[in-house]
Amino acid sequence: MTTAMMDLERPATGPTFQGVSAGRKAKNVLATTLVTLAFLLAVVPLVWVLWSVVEKGLEPILRADWWSHSLSGLRPYEDMGGAYHAIYGTVVQGLTTALLSVPIGVMVGVYLVEYGTGTRLARITTFMVDILTGVPSIVAGLFIYALWITIFGFSRSALAVSLALLLLMVPVVVRTTEEMLRIVPNELREASYALGIPKWKTIVKVVLPTALSGIVTGIMLGLARVMGETAPALVVGAYAPYINFNVFDGNMANLPLLMNDQFANPETAGFNRTWGAAMTLVLIIMLFNLLATVISRWSAIKK
Amino acid sequence: MAKRIDIKDVNIYYGKFHAVDSVTLSVPPRSVTAFIGPSGCGKSTVLRSLNRMHEVTPGARVEGRVLLDGEDIYAPSVDPVEVRRTIGMVFQRPNPFPTMSIRDNVVAGLKLAGVRNRKKLDEVCERSLRGANLWEEVKDRLDRPGGGLSGGQQQRLCIARAIAVQPDVLLMDEPCSALDPISTLAIEDLITELKQDFTIVIVTHNMQQAARVSDQTAFFNLAGVGQPGRLVEVDDTEKIFSNPSQKATEDYISGRFG
Repeated sequence: MTTAMMDLERPATGPTFQGVSAGRKAKNVLATTLVTLAFLLAVVPLVWVLWSVVEKGLEPILRADWWSHSLSGLRPYEDMGGAYHAIYGTVVQGLTTALLSVPIGVMVGVYLVEYGTGTRLARITTFMVDILTGVPSIVAGLFIYALWITIFGFSRSALAVSLALLLLMVPVVVRTTEEMLRIVPNELREASYALGIPKWKTIVKVVLPTALSGIVTGIMLGLARVMGETAPALVVGAYAPYINFNVFDGNMANLPLLMNDQFANPETAGFNRTWGAAMTLVLIIMLFNLLATVISRWSAIKK
Repeated sequence: MAKRIDIKDVNIYYGKFHAVDSVTLSVPPRSVTAFIGPSGCGKSTVLRSLNRMHEVTPGARVEGRVLLDGEDIYAPSVDPVEVRRTIGMVFQRPNPFPTMSIRDNVVAGLKLAGVRNRKKLDEVCERSLRGANLWEEVKDRLDRPGGGLSGGQQQRLCIARAIAVQPDVLLMDEPCSALDPISTLAIEDLITELKQDFTIVIVTHNMQQAARVSDQTAFFNLAGVGQPGRLVEVDDTEKIFSNPSQKATEDYISGRFG
């Protein structure tokens, strides 16, 4: 009875919606598998690296001396001392680089977006920044060596390292600032002009604050990259196992240089120092990224 | 306060493109003048030339004279920033500053011009928000971001921001086109109130709106594709909507256009 009813109710034409075909199901499974595999393939090395660093580097950095002592006067086999000198160097060189390159980079970005649109100078600048983005770090180091040390006659110093790093960081800051300023809607600029606010004040008080969180993120990413650079420091600075507070003169260690130096040390102490420095560098960069997140959250546009 | 505007033989260009051809038009003080016409006929362009906002677009320029109580705003000695301080503008899409609170949005014009006196800023903030009929709705959350308001409230916030700097003239570029009918009504009531203190020029696509709020209506049209826009006629709103002197105007307002 019920079946007969259902047969009667069934429309003469076929149903509009049909089940997923076997071919499509197979394709779906295949694509899902491939994407998942690719994801795992990308994650495995990442986790592996982190695990190696933590496994080998955690023990050395847990010693009290690690954060408060240098390696001054220690023999290669003496498993003591710390990385204070290199931590100081990494942070100070990074901050000096940021201090110099952030104003330059942000101002170039502002010029490109707010003043130079379509001009010849802007096109040349964009081209140069693009080239600079691709310059290998050792070339930046060699350039500063030739300019700062050979031509100007200054000595190797942390400042020289920062100048070389500047060449690597400025393009990152310019690019980020440019992109962030471009997505600030023109309507905001016009709203500000319509209130009788001059252009420069519009840029400083309306446009830059609107783009701030993105710019800060870019700066922090640039900083993280620059702090891990070894090549320029090898060329224009040099490793010192003792503490040097003077940015303008003398060798100053940083974490990559410490690793490079201790890598050649076959003793257990060398192994511990190398991995300890690696762990410390990862921690510092993580700290800066965290700081970037906090700052960009704090300065983000609130709804 | 409110001043009259005389537009004399104004031609407007974007680079080589001649956008608007020879407009001559007077806007009396304490009145509302509506610009109507099809899209691309140059009414917004004419509006933007009245506070020198047009020239912000690269390559754009204006020829002719725009007199504010007899003073040419395009005279070489005149600072465009000063012109824009005297002639305020409200835009099509509400555009409160996203990084600022409601209070800071309203007093942005004064604050960025260097007024620091907290008491005065609070006073201006309340007066402007009352003037924009928004005070009662936001007085308890002045420190909240302006972006959190509804579209209609945001537009009234933008009007409050524009009148906070006490301009002589208020230009409105389709201020209701992104709003629902209730918010539109609120803004139209507001325009009628603001007329007591300001000279208002409003661009609108909504002919009922032009008929409701304006004292004088100007109809703009294109002579043809690629031709510059031009002013067809300007007259009392009542006359334009009942008995226009040009056939094109009648066709447009009665929907027989094109």
